[in-house]
Amino acid sequence: MKLDIIGLLVQTALLLLLAPLVTGLIRNWKAKLQNRRGPRVWQPYFDLVKCLRKDMVISEHASWIFSATPYVLFTTAVLAGLMVPMLNTHAPLSLFGGALALVGLLALGRFFLALAGLDPASAFGGMGSSREMTLSAIAEPALMLSIFTVAITAGSTNLSHIVQSVEGTTWKLLNPAHGLALAALFIVLLAETGRIPVDNPATHLELTMIHEAMVLEFSGRHLAFIEWSASLKQLVLMTLLVNIFFPIGLALEWSPAALAIALAVFVLKLLLLSAAVVLVETTNAKLRLFRVPDLLSAAFVLAALALLSMFVFKPS
Amino acid sequence: MQIVDNLSAALLNLSLLGYGIGAVAGLLFLRARRFANLFTFGCASLAALCGVVSCVVSLATGAAAANQSFELLPSLIPYLRFTARLDPLGAFFGVVVSLLALALSIYSLGYAHGFFGRKNVGVLGALFNMLLLATTLVCLADNAFFFLIAWEVMALTAFCLVSFEHEDTETRKAGVLYFVMSHIGTGCLIVAFLLLFQASGDYGFGSFHSAAATMSAGERNLTFILFLIGFGVKAGIVPLHIWLPAAHPVAPSNVSALMSGVLIKTGIYGMTRVFFDFLGTPPMWWGVTVLAIGTVSAVLGVLYALMEHDLKRLLAYHSIENIGIILMGLGAALMFLNTQHPLLAGLALIAGLFHTLNHAVFKGLLFLGAGAVLHATHTRNMEELGGLIKRMPATALFFLIGAVAISALPPLNGFVSEWLTYQSMLQGFNATTSLARLMFPLSGALLALTGALAAACFVKAFGITFLAQPRSDHARQACEASPTMLVGMGLLTAACIFLGLFPTTFLTLLDPLTHQLAGVELSRQLTTANGLVLGGLDPQAGTVSTLGIVLIATCMLVIPLALWLALGRRCATRIGPTWDCGLQGLTPQMQYSATGFSKPLRMIFRGLFRPHRAVQTEYEFSRYFARTIRFESHVEETFEKRLYRPIQRTIQRLSHRMRAMQAGSLQAYLIYIFLTLVLLLLFAL
Repeated sequence: MKLDIIGLLVQTALLLLLAPLVTGLIRNWKAKLQNRRGPRVWQPYFDLVKCLRKDMVISEHASWIFSATPYVLFTTAVLAGLMVPMLNTHAPLSLFGGALALVGLLALGRFFLALAGLDPASAFGGMGSSREMTLSAIAEPALMLSIFTVAITAGSTNLSHIVQSVEGTTWKLLNPAHGLALAALFIVLLAETGRIPVDNPATHLELTMIHEAMVLEFSGRHLAFIEWSASLKQLVLMTLLVNIFFPIGLALEWSPAALAIALAVFVLKLLLLSAAVVLVETTNAKLRLFRVPDLLSAAFVLAALALLSMFVFKPS
Repeated sequence: MQIVDNLSAALLNLSLLGYGIGAVAGLLFLRARRFANLFTFGCASLAALCGVVSCVVSLATGAAAANQSFELLPSLIPYLRFTARLDPLGAFFGVVVSLLALALSIYSLGYAHGFFGRKNVGVLGALFNMLLLATTLVCLADNAFFFLIAWEVMALTAFCLVSFEHEDTETRKAGVLYFVMSHIGTGCLIVAFLLLFQASGDYGFGSFHSAAATMSAGERNLTFILFLIGFGVKAGIVPLHIWLPAAHPVAPSNVSALMSGVLIKTGIYGMTRVFFDFLGTPPMWWGVTVLAIGTVSAVLGVLYALMEHDLKRLLAYHSIENIGIILMGLGAALMFLNTQHPLLAGLALIAGLFHTLNHAVFKGLLFLGAGAVLHATHTRNMEELGGLIKRMPATALFFLIGAVAISALPPLNGFVSEWLTYQSMLQGFNATTSLARLMFPLSGALLALTGALAAACFVKAFGITFLAQPRSDHARQACEASPTMLVGMGLLTAACIFLGLFPTTFLTLLDPLTHQLAGVELSRQLTTANGLVLGGLDPQAGTVSTLGIVLIATCMLVIPLALWLALGRRCATRIGPTWDCGLQGLTPQMQYSATGFSKPLRMIFRGLFRPHRAVQTEYEFSRYFARTIRFESHVEETFEKRLYRPIQRTIQRLSHRMRAMQAGSLQAYLIYIFLTLVLLLLFAL
């Protein structure tokens, strides 16, 4: 129990500190690939601190939903992060929920964010909410199905158990089911974190934006938490992806050496995944809004194939 | 123990008596509207309270399992015996009915004020009590005759209540549609019960239990199909659902809540009773059929709900969705019974039945919220609402909680029951080997789609109705609902939160039920850590604790607080206008509308919806500076157009032909009678 609390605190701190770094890293690398110098890797931290010290303007039409949303979004993202094993094979909150609760918590955050988009009575916010809810609805079956594929292999929806069973004797990197599910989950990751083929995180052009449209009216402290939560959600989904498909180097016990190795391996995996995201972002153009469902249904089909291949290759 | 049992039985009788008195009193005091209002709904609340206590006690003490059937009224005609029995299944649905009835009756005390001077509240109260009485008797009836009588009384009172505001053409049409569909269902039920009677030789439910063994496979399948249609009409499964979105919205809101929360659940009750109790071990295809119907109903229900901007019609479509989710659980349970996995069957059954209760609670809450909005603004059209969170803060909060619950978001009750459904599906995949097992994860994925679309729909419903600027004067002048209405909604809100945070306390009540239907008791296996954590059968398979999530989330709020103390303590907060792009202020017309909100989904699923739109612009010198714009958009009602319209046309054609025979000539009729007689005599020889 004591270890659990330490683990909880360590993972919370790690989540909070790493999340802006990943965002900054992706921005920086993207700029480099586009022959720009780009902002420093640390820039998101400075932005956060700056926003936290600023005054706030709240719309006269907004209700308490608007002011509550940043905190709901923030806590749900952190809680979801605590359900994913990060450094060791046991997630701090694995007793309180697994993959299904993680998806549910992220959905709760999104629900409030979409409401907050509608709250200040501006046209942009409603547009963002509508698009966000639409795309997430289409991404959801692919996300669930690829998680199911892994969960069925492990016989559990608990992410710690999934990681432990995958790391054990049955671990097969070349399992076709896992490969297909990984591809599906990667597409969902791009959609859920608002990356380029789906949404452009760098634009405020009204016709194309999704996430940015919803958060347009937020300022100061609220904006800081919204941005932080977006980074957190990105980190959580990336951690989910790297740790359930490549559970290499996770610490099995609580020794400083094991944890240090685990941290190094984890950061390396994150770097590789970020590089993949950056590559996809720079080599692709943003899709038209009504082309995105095609991409997401491709993800769904991949996940369904993953399931089918499990049925074909593992007749138990 | 004996005293408790007697007390529970007495309370049950008292509850039935209370509804009866309420029904009679409503008709006696037609003139004294205030008194009729107080007396009828007061009677109903007390009766419902007795019902809740009685059913919960008999489930909790396990007395329900041992309850014997008793004569409710002395029998006057042979075969027609009014035998009733409070067995675990009946008691569970008794809890569902009475719990919702309690909240609704309290709410109605205030809501009925809206009818003063327009309609007769005495009649409303009498019908309301009558409907509750009939619904409770449906759950209690222990023989087929009594069941069908209660079923018919329920359908007829519901018809009267749907047509309560019959001045409206739409209402009359909806009433007739409901009447016709309901009787198609009842017709199937009568034939199905006759088939069972043929096998068992008695009308008692006890005798049906062993009847399946003597039936041939063909007869059993036929009985299954007839029951599926008969109860399916009442439950509102696709494609038998068309009456539901027509009838639920036009009824008075307290009745809509009752119909969506309870009445359609009697269909689920019937299916559970028949499929699990009467018909023996089910063949595989029964489970597959029910699961497939459930999945299709869930997805189509939510998709049609998204296209609605009538608040109550939207909620009615969501009932179809949730019935689908319930049937997914029941279908999976049937499949597991076929493959001899009683534990998994119990789990799936619990998931389905828990969702039944949850849906009754949150859908009741949402309909009451919609009723409060209708009461305050006199419109159900979301495009004319908005900004109500400032004018009706308590109603808004209750509606929000209902919306979170129905969207299956943690930590409320909708999430818990869908979590159990997912668990049973996932474990089902590993437990069976046939190709049918692929249905589990695919249904699970479609359940995820349903959940996400429901969230989108309730962002729309709550966001457009309660947030931003009011879109009409009605919405601008709204004021908060009356205290009794708030108490009714508050009660259901509390139930949503309680069932969400402490699901394990509730699961122990289901033990006698799963024992009766699947032969297993699971509450011990589903709880770990002193009942604070809910697990799926094996704790290894996954656990969830909504209470734990809430507690940790509360602790996490320390982080924003600390950061505020450290960095932002001196920051000021200003209230300012929303950015209006340099125009002269925002008008309510600039906000997103409900139709606009669901436009992307209408485009994506246009193959299903076949949206139709017509825009007419009047302008003087340029199209871009229009004086008036008329916009019209609607989606095709596929089932009405492609399925029901052709059937209706065929029936009309046939009846035209029949008219030739019915020419009004007495001689011809006499010949018909003579020929029929001869034919019958020949047949008898």
